[in-house]
Amino acid sequence: MTDLTDLGVAAIRSGVASGEFTAVEVAEAFNANVAAAQDALNAFIVATPEKAIEAAQAVDAMRARGEPLGKMGGVPIGMKDLFATAGVQTTAASHMLEGFVPQYESTVSAKLWEAGAGMLGKLNLDQFAMGSSNETSFFGNVVSPWKRNDGGNAALAPGGSSGGSSAAIAARLCPAATGTDTGGSIRQPAAFTGITGIKPTYGRCSRWGVVAFASSLDQAGPMARDVTDCAIMLEAMAGFDPKDSTSLDLPVPEWEAGLNADLTGKTVGIPREYRMDGMDADVLKSWEDGIAWLKDAGAKIVDISLPHTRYALPAYYIIAPAEASSNLARYDGVRYGLRDLPEGAGLQDMYAATREAGFGAEVKRRILIGTYVLSAGYYDAYYTQAQKVRTLIARDFEAAFEQCDVIVAPTAPSAAFALGENIDDPLSMYLNDVFAVPASLAGLPAMSVPAGLNREGLPLGLQVIGRAFDEQGVLNAGLAIEQRAGFTARPAKWW
Amino acid sequence: MSDSTYRIQGATGEWEVVIGLEVHAQVTSNSKLFSGAATQFGAEPNAQVSLVDAAMPGMLPVLNKECIRQAVRTGMAIDAQINTWSRFDRKNYFYADLPQGYQISQLYHPLVGEGSLTVDADEKAGIPEAKVIGIERIHVEQDAGKLMHDQHPTMSYVDLNRSGVALMEIVSRPDMRSPAEAGAYVAKLRQILRYVGSCDGNMDQGSMRCDVNVSVRKPGDEFGTRTETKNVNSVRFVMATIEHEASRQVDVLESGGKIVQETRLFDPTTGTTRSMRSKEDAHDYRYFPDPDLLPLVLDGAFLEDCRNSLPELPDAKRARYEGELGLSAYNAAVLTADVETARWFELLLGETATAQGKQPADVAKQAANWLISELFGALNKLGKDLETSPVSPSAGAELLALVGKGTISGSIAKQVLEKMLETGDGAAAIVEREGLKQESDTGAIEAKVDDILAANADKVEQYRGGKEALFGFFVGQTMKAMQGKANPQVVNEILKVKLG
Repeated sequence: MTDLTDLGVAAIRSGVASGEFTAVEVAEAFNANVAAAQDALNAFIVATPEKAIEAAQAVDAMRARGEPLGKMGGVPIGMKDLFATAGVQTTAASHMLEGFVPQYESTVSAKLWEAGAGMLGKLNLDQFAMGSSNETSFFGNVVSPWKRNDGGNAALAPGGSSGGSSAAIAARLCPAATGTDTGGSIRQPAAFTGITGIKPTYGRCSRWGVVAFASSLDQAGPMARDVTDCAIMLEAMAGFDPKDSTSLDLPVPEWEAGLNADLTGKTVGIPREYRMDGMDADVLKSWEDGIAWLKDAGAKIVDISLPHTRYALPAYYIIAPAEASSNLARYDGVRYGLRDLPEGAGLQDMYAATREAGFGAEVKRRILIGTYVLSAGYYDAYYTQAQKVRTLIARDFEAAFEQCDVIVAPTAPSAAFALGENIDDPLSMYLNDVFAVPASLAGLPAMSVPAGLNREGLPLGLQVIGRAFDEQGVLNAGLAIEQRAGFTARPAKWW
Repeated sequence: MSDSTYRIQGATGEWEVVIGLEVHAQVTSNSKLFSGAATQFGAEPNAQVSLVDAAMPGMLPVLNKECIRQAVRTGMAIDAQINTWSRFDRKNYFYADLPQGYQISQLYHPLVGEGSLTVDADEKAGIPEAKVIGIERIHVEQDAGKLMHDQHPTMSYVDLNRSGVALMEIVSRPDMRSPAEAGAYVAKLRQILRYVGSCDGNMDQGSMRCDVNVSVRKPGDEFGTRTETKNVNSVRFVMATIEHEASRQVDVLESGGKIVQETRLFDPTTGTTRSMRSKEDAHDYRYFPDPDLLPLVLDGAFLEDCRNSLPELPDAKRARYEGELGLSAYNAAVLTADVETARWFELLLGETATAQGKQPADVAKQAANWLISELFGALNKLGKDLETSPVSPSAGAELLALVGKGTISGSIAKQVLEKMLETGDGAAAIVEREGLKQESDTGAIEAKVDDILAANADKVEQYRGGKEALFGFFVGQTMKAMQGKANPQVVNEILKVKLG
């Protein structure tokens, strides 16, 4: 019998629907993998095996009654612990929210449960989604299931901030998981772990009930083993939500049905500014491979220019911390979450003690940066300027999309790095997002698809960026790459 | 601009006061500015708090259209520019009554721009002529919660019922020059808000609060440094704040000191202001556009709807009462002072006209005089007002119709009103029951007149000898003999004939 945990979303869904196996069998298989890997990988903050079983039983019962199953019918998934889940601790991987159990369910997770998915647990992440390696989690970092092929045993980063999601999918702890992407937090971990993930157009997925990092950038999306699974899951997650004022009031397209790897008549743009001096040779090679595959799929390849690319990262590291410094002000010890009230303390002392104890170093760093750039006298020089850059970057893309349908570039400048390697050097950590951030600033759909392994045996990802609302174009180009890359590598099990 | 003559006499000469007001008016709406929680005053603490108001993780604001409609209508009522593109900003600061850690407000692009209102001349109050006061802007923002410091020996409690309730901040130009003008401005603004229905104007419940900006200067000089006194909650206190603050500033300046730009508090028990925090301690609010909300764009249909829903405003109404209804300036002012009074009067007027089969203009004086000189006084004695009046407009109209048709006299009407207030019965029923119907039967009146003239032969003599003032005496005696029910016109005519 096939190992059920080797199956993806589409295969599980059809197996359950056809009666090849039950949803409960699937849930049990993944529950077992989750439990077995927890000590080594630390991918979950909380496992919820009973939730997975409960949802699976409901799906099996529906099938027994002959009712149609949902888009995600019988598929157990991991839920990034940034999504509020009613009755289940929701922490954003912070000490601040340790023990916080919301009484409400985020719109996105509610839609997934409605579509027949079940919850295997709450996935670890960088604290408040701030980080690229998962090392900022209060609950200890996630360890990537991948190892370098150099004989060494260095523990590698699963990427971040959705590092619990990426590691869990790569290690077969779940077939799919939710991610959120503010400046690459779906795409970079997907690239690091040889899986697929898409950040849809800003506004496709409701932000209601998702712990906010940077409101104008935060966007939820699916992470899974392949493009088809992402399309299925995105359909279940997306949709207008009147509770989120920035939600797109558009119908959800049938992305799965629209999948088509034939790119005849399509034009793929290759941005010259993404080709940087001293770029990793393997990353360059995978990009060249990708271009060849897209040609093979019928696409025309054109060079394009995104002239303001080099200003994207600095602008992002002003706008995102500015919004975060304000979004995180609510964690003050007054109403919920951690309260540190030293003997005889007044209100200001309580704030200081609570926030000192509740936030990790990276969160504090970003709150400080954000507070600084919004301060009187600095606002125009930083925040206003960064917003102007953001507009220019969006215009770069608009101009480029007059010449091409999608843009293809590497997802990250390197393969996964070792844990601890960048932790004392925030700037090189931030550089990990250099290719991911422009699409975030412009609110465009962008996905990462595995393209092969580097010389160390580690996965590399290719990024496809599309026009606003054109997730279909992104998914189709991703599918064309996927079919030609033939990526079947998986980490050897050591956990 | 005409300046009033209000001056502070200092040791070094005269000083002029410059005043600007920021009025925070709670928007009348069923739910809060960005959440569905209720806004009713006086609920149990924390009974009207949504997940958004408590700033739970992942909660997002959704704009309440009704609050915007009310603010736009208010803007239209002060002839202000309505900005069809506006935006919400976050004002960041930490306080226990502010769950989000920021207030959603509008700094850079307010909903309502430049407008004005006219303060009426009031010689007695020291406003020699009407004056236009500029209004810089109206922006919409969230209110904060309330701290309660008296519930626990060492801790403060927080009530979030008010958290997120919509406020309009109405910012005047520094156009006022005396406490009287400032008081009149607040009263006029309150009057307009109540007419528009965008704020109930209940200052004692905190639905209208003023931040009072005061500076002093030698007439003709540049503006001086101002202080801002926060949260003053009555017209009287606004005036007291200005009086105290202006003379304090004059004292400081004349003794060689400097005015510090600072925030102050008014203490109603002493009538003085004291420093709360100086500019150096001022918050850096780090305003920036709220990324959870899109810019607010108003379309033509919405603006049209706002404009069409505006009621007749106080100035226009008063002019109409004087012009079309022929009321005196005084009566028109009294009847339009508050929207409820005007509403009551117009109901009364309509019913009175119908009951007497006349045009409103023909009964307006009768209705106005009765309302102002009879009903107000009677209600006042009972400690009631129009809202709690036992007599309804239609009951009043019934009474006035009896007078108009000559069924009862004006003096009997007073008695009937008293009975109406006492019993809640209708005027006609009371007149019937108590036998108060006016006597117009000349025979009956003539008989009484004859008796009176016979009994007062000496006075008749004097009258005929030229003491015409005695006519009133005979009228009084006749009315008394008729128990007040005689038709005074008939009495006059008979007396004139008999004495003639």
